[in-house]
Amino acid sequence: MTRNLSPLFEPSGVVVAGVSSHPGKFGFVVLHNLLSCGYQGQIFALGRSSGTLLDQPVIASLDEVPQDAAELLVVCTPPDANEELLRAAAARGIKAVFMVTGGYSEAGPEGAKAEARLVALANDLGLVLAGPNGQGLVSPPIGLCAQIVAPYPPRGRIGVASQSGNFVSAFENYATQTGIGISRAVSAGNAAATSLADYLEWFADDPETDVALCYIEGLKDGRAFAERVRQITPHLPVVVVKGGATSGGQKAAASHTGSLATNDRVFDGVARQAGLVRAATIESAFEAAATLATQPLPSGGQTLVLTTAGGWGVITADAITRHRRLNLAPLPKDLQASIDQLLPPRWSRNNPVDFAGGETRDTIPEILNLAATHPDIDAIVQLGLGIQGNTAALTRLGPFYPDHGLERIVDFHERQERRYAEAAAEASSKHHTPVLVASEIAATDPRNPMVQAVKDSGRLCYASADRAVEALGHLVSYAQWRNARR
Amino acid sequence: MAHVEPNRSGLLEKLFVPTLSEAHSRTLVADAGVLVSSWASAETAQQAAQAAQTLGFPVAVKLCGDAIAHKTERGLVRLKLTDAASVEAAAAELLAAALPEDGPVNLLISPMVTGNRELIAGLVRDEQFGACVMLGVGGVLAEAIGDVAFRLAPLSPLDAQELIDDLASQTLLGAFRGEPAVDRSTLVSILCALSTLAQDPNIVSVDLNPLIVTDGQPVAVDALVEVAEAQS
Repeated sequence: MTRNLSPLFEPSGVVVAGVSSHPGKFGFVVLHNLLSCGYQGQIFALGRSSGTLLDQPVIASLDEVPQDAAELLVVCTPPDANEELLRAAAARGIKAVFMVTGGYSEAGPEGAKAEARLVALANDLGLVLAGPNGQGLVSPPIGLCAQIVAPYPPRGRIGVASQSGNFVSAFENYATQTGIGISRAVSAGNAAATSLADYLEWFADDPETDVALCYIEGLKDGRAFAERVRQITPHLPVVVVKGGATSGGQKAAASHTGSLATNDRVFDGVARQAGLVRAATIESAFEAAATLATQPLPSGGQTLVLTTAGGWGVITADAITRHRRLNLAPLPKDLQASIDQLLPPRWSRNNPVDFAGGETRDTIPEILNLAATHPDIDAIVQLGLGIQGNTAALTRLGPFYPDHGLERIVDFHERQERRYAEAAAEASSKHHTPVLVASEIAATDPRNPMVQAVKDSGRLCYASADRAVEALGHLVSYAQWRNARR
Repeated sequence: MAHVEPNRSGLLEKLFVPTLSEAHSRTLVADAGVLVSSWASAETAQQAAQAAQTLGFPVAVKLCGDAIAHKTERGLVRLKLTDAASVEAAAAELLAAALPEDGPVNLLISPMVTGNRELIAGLVRDEQFGACVMLGVGGVLAEAIGDVAFRLAPLSPLDAQELIDDLASQTLLGAFRGEPAVDRSTLVSILCALSTLAQDPNIVSVDLNPLIVTDGQPVAVDALVEVAEAQS
């Protein structure tokens, strides 16, 4: 049964225990972040020295918190204080605890014993216990930033649960950069009482979350995890990146099967069977999650490449052809005939659809629309946008601007770029076909109007065609897994 | 013909060694639904020659025993024997090669199965995930090539289909050198049979290596079952 983690992610009020006046201490940082990101609930600072901190009164005891005024306790106090703290918190109506404090099972056998006592106590008191040794959590829908790391990401639809706090941060950085936001993010820490599977199950029922993103390092019970996760994946796509996936050497085993059963291969099979989207890197995992959060699910892997630039089209066709889950769709005859009406005869008349510079002001939106509606095309990769915006940028900064008619042409180029990006998002949403816009300009000049407009449409502008193809591969792979089980 | 029929019901309880002989292993996997090549057991070189004549040449002759897990590595397999005399000679050599620690041994005679493709399938119990079924490109290069994929047992026929699709060497599964494509439904039933075997906690691992693809059908020409130590 799904555990109720609402007090953790949507608490009515928050107590920070162990606040410190030293801006370098966790107890200060958590309070600062909590006060700085728009959380509307009541905040209580519990510390040893009286007075105020960040204009907030410091209280010396949980007795000063009105009954049921707070549901979440964030703990930065040392381990020996925490059992008493938990008892007092439960008595005040606190329902969830995020334990930032380290020195538990990660620190050795004594710490492991203290952790076991903590878990038993939390269970007795009916408290949700997250961590210990975790970097905190964020919940942008309610403006909650209770973490010792940064940044505070924009609100979005991706739920993050990670066995490394640093990767929570990494995913938040990507969210901030791309604008593809976060619904909830939590560092599982030692996951003593609340495991990755608990978070994923709650995300599956969370109306704010459309995709889960998970960093896994070790699983206490791999089989139980797999069995729980496969109940989730039919409803909620779960992207995982697995640390420690390579095996240092093959095991000695009586059978050949045994010696072939490396950790990585077994996990890979488990992931495929359970419908997990397994990404190879942190960056690729974020892009897979961002794609699942912002693109419609395709019905298959028949992919069309639209390009205004020949070379990118060729490279992308290669990447699609190499990908096991994708096919370079044969260009449908009727689509070819329609495009013949729109482009001069030198266009490629093949997939990739290379406009060969023959496009006029309306061509790109028109062809995007035709392709996205076609029943034999499952997905589209759109390349070669941003070039007009690049030219406009150079012209705008040059010595001749705005004379010689340059103001008008710069304005035209920039308007067109926005239009292309909007057309891609519109065609995609309207016809339920993924359209992935890729350009290196996403990385080289994020202020390009095309890149900005893709971001404004709520989608990811992929920094290369190869990354778009990889992300599309994950999207198709998940869609096929899910469709096969309908 | 001296075909030793193992006592199936009491088979696992009576063992004191971690692997079953090829004959016992074959019987177990065949009962679960795996297609295995025809075979006979013999106690003596003369019986082996007679069995070979009944089965048809060419044949393979192997020395078998519950304590012999790796026949090939120990040179206890003789392949492509084309007449009774060579079978008898090979069988006599194999019996002479038995070591005291091998315990009771006998000979296994099986017709040569021909095909250009070899696969491997098996069952293994992973520390983290428990029983897993494997399929891969097989033969002596299986470990070197490493084109294998796994699924947790129990697996559904759909899981089995997807497991087959996971192999990188898909061209090897299609029509190949004048031979038809590998029959995927047979592969699915092999994988499901391994999944069924996983339900027996006494079975630690199963190795079907190789499965030779003959006329599109993957046929197990060797089987090795590893079992839990018998409780005493």
